[in-house]
Amino acid sequence: MALTNTYIQEKLVEKFNDQVFQFSTDSGILSFESAAENNLKVLQFLYEESSLGFTFLTDLCGVNYPDNKGAELVVVYHLHNFIENIRIRFSIAVPIAKPDVFTATKLFESANWMERETYDFFGINFIGHPNLKRILNVDEMDYFPLRKEFPLEDQTRIDKDDEMFGRG
Amino acid sequence: MEQHSHITLPKGSIEKTTTTLNIGPTHPATHGVFQNIMEVDGERVVSTEQTVGYIHRAFEKLAERRPLYQITPITDRLNYCSSPINNMGWHITCERFLKIDLPKRVDYLRVIIMELSRISDHLICNSIVGVDTGAYTGFLYVMQYRELIYEIYEEVCGSRLTTNIGRIGGFERNFTNTAFTKLEKFLNEYPGVLREFEKLFTRNRIFMERTQGTGGISAARAMNYGFTGPNLRAAGVDYDVRVQQPYSSYQDFDFKVPVGTTGDNYDRFLVRNAEMWESISIIKQAYQKIQEFKGADAEIYHADVPEYYLPKKEDVYTKMEALIWHFKIIMGEIDLPKGQIYSAVEGGNGELGFYLISDGGRTPFRLHFRRPCFIYYQAFEELIKGGMLSDAVVTLSSLNLIAGELDA
Repeated sequence: MALTNTYIQEKLVEKFNDQVFQFSTDSGILSFESAAENNLKVLQFLYEESSLGFTFLTDLCGVNYPDNKGAELVVVYHLHNFIENIRIRFSIAVPIAKPDVFTATKLFESANWMERETYDFFGINFIGHPNLKRILNVDEMDYFPLRKEFPLEDQTRIDKDDEMFGRG
Repeated sequence: MEQHSHITLPKGSIEKTTTTLNIGPTHPATHGVFQNIMEVDGERVVSTEQTVGYIHRAFEKLAERRPLYQITPITDRLNYCSSPINNMGWHITCERFLKIDLPKRVDYLRVIIMELSRISDHLICNSIVGVDTGAYTGFLYVMQYRELIYEIYEEVCGSRLTTNIGRIGGFERNFTNTAFTKLEKFLNEYPGVLREFEKLFTRNRIFMERTQGTGGISAARAMNYGFTGPNLRAAGVDYDVRVQQPYSSYQDFDFKVPVGTTGDNYDRFLVRNAEMWESISIIKQAYQKIQEFKGADAEIYHADVPEYYLPKKEDVYTKMEALIWHFKIIMGEIDLPKGQIYSAVEGGNGELGFYLISDGGRTPFRLHFRRPCFIYYQAFEELIKGGMLSDAVVTLSSLNLIAGELDA
């Protein structure tokens, strides 16, 4: 039986009820969210449930939405089932004041550096990570540069009208 | 033993039974700027810690302030041995996101360029594996033929290494006859060279003994470590983005996905060589399909998307509409639709993914590059632990690590 987005959604809802939400499909990929504390349960279910079999972690990254108060930082997992050739996107949101997320390194070795990178750029604290330290930036850095509070250019520049060049 | 009271050694350094060895950041064995801090016991590797980030250039942050077309030159600098694949991967992501359909001829032209760059990528990697096992000849020999590929790039886009080739919607200009002549020259000369290259290595006793059984990984571990591309296929998993999620009309081509069994250095070498043969066959098929376009169809080299594809210069000077689009594109004044997309292509060393989030502004809200070698380099310690130091060097080069892609 070919695995479909509808089936995955039914399976998830059957297992987690209202703990998983915000289902949507864009560009053919099923996306959904869950509460931050359930991330490992969901990932493990997707990995171990034989009819789902999402055993490949394609990508893990962070996103910062400064306007979503209480859910400013988001971790996005892209998972892939090679046999059925289907991808899904799963995300969790945490407040910037307490960005604690359980690590996925027990399930996927590949999550190790991707989580370190996410920590490095967004300051998301992966609980249980074996070696959570900066990876691309220098160790002495004391801020998390991909957060939106750090603009790319000096905002006090007056010789250039930002309205004309993209985001103002 | 004489006492040197003025020398203070770090605590524990006398009792230590292993030696700490730094390989890198700049070292002939790393082929790029990254460091390995190895603990060695004699010539055996006890453990290693990989340090990356020496050439981190904050591409993801930069991309948040640039309109789409200005991000293409950033992607050049990821895997710079196969820049055109990165460029095309980015264009394809944008086109999927903006729902732009491409004419078949553009797809086929892209396939030619992408497969050429796959050959140039594998060519470097495999010949460097040769260099690290002590055979310089193969490397110097095939370099000449990479030059032929670079000349084709030059004819199409004007540059060689960091190509910035193509635009959203197609190519900046049609391929000239010279480009096709150069392609024919390459297709005629290269198979003989590759055959000779294989003759130098594939059944070479020294090479086989150096590479077989070193740096091996099982299929399950490789998947857990997020391996993709030739490295995963060498472990026996036939995952290829070109087949699984075809882009740029790859479904129109007939090609095999070579796989190995043990995932060791030798299998990786064989898989890459076999892929080069497949690439040659794909290029031939694509070239044949292109020749079938006649008349006006043979002049198509871009899709009709005035919002994203720059108009011709003579039109900009004479036509109002072209002038407006030119201005709007150059100034980055076009609002993107809201949404997000993950789109991947089969890069030189694995699945190169682009995760684009747009909030409706003129630049991406967030752009994340899934860089294959950043993800699989984590497995390096597991691959070399307990082995000889000299095998670690070969493993390092056979993984096809590109510093530009590691660090983004």
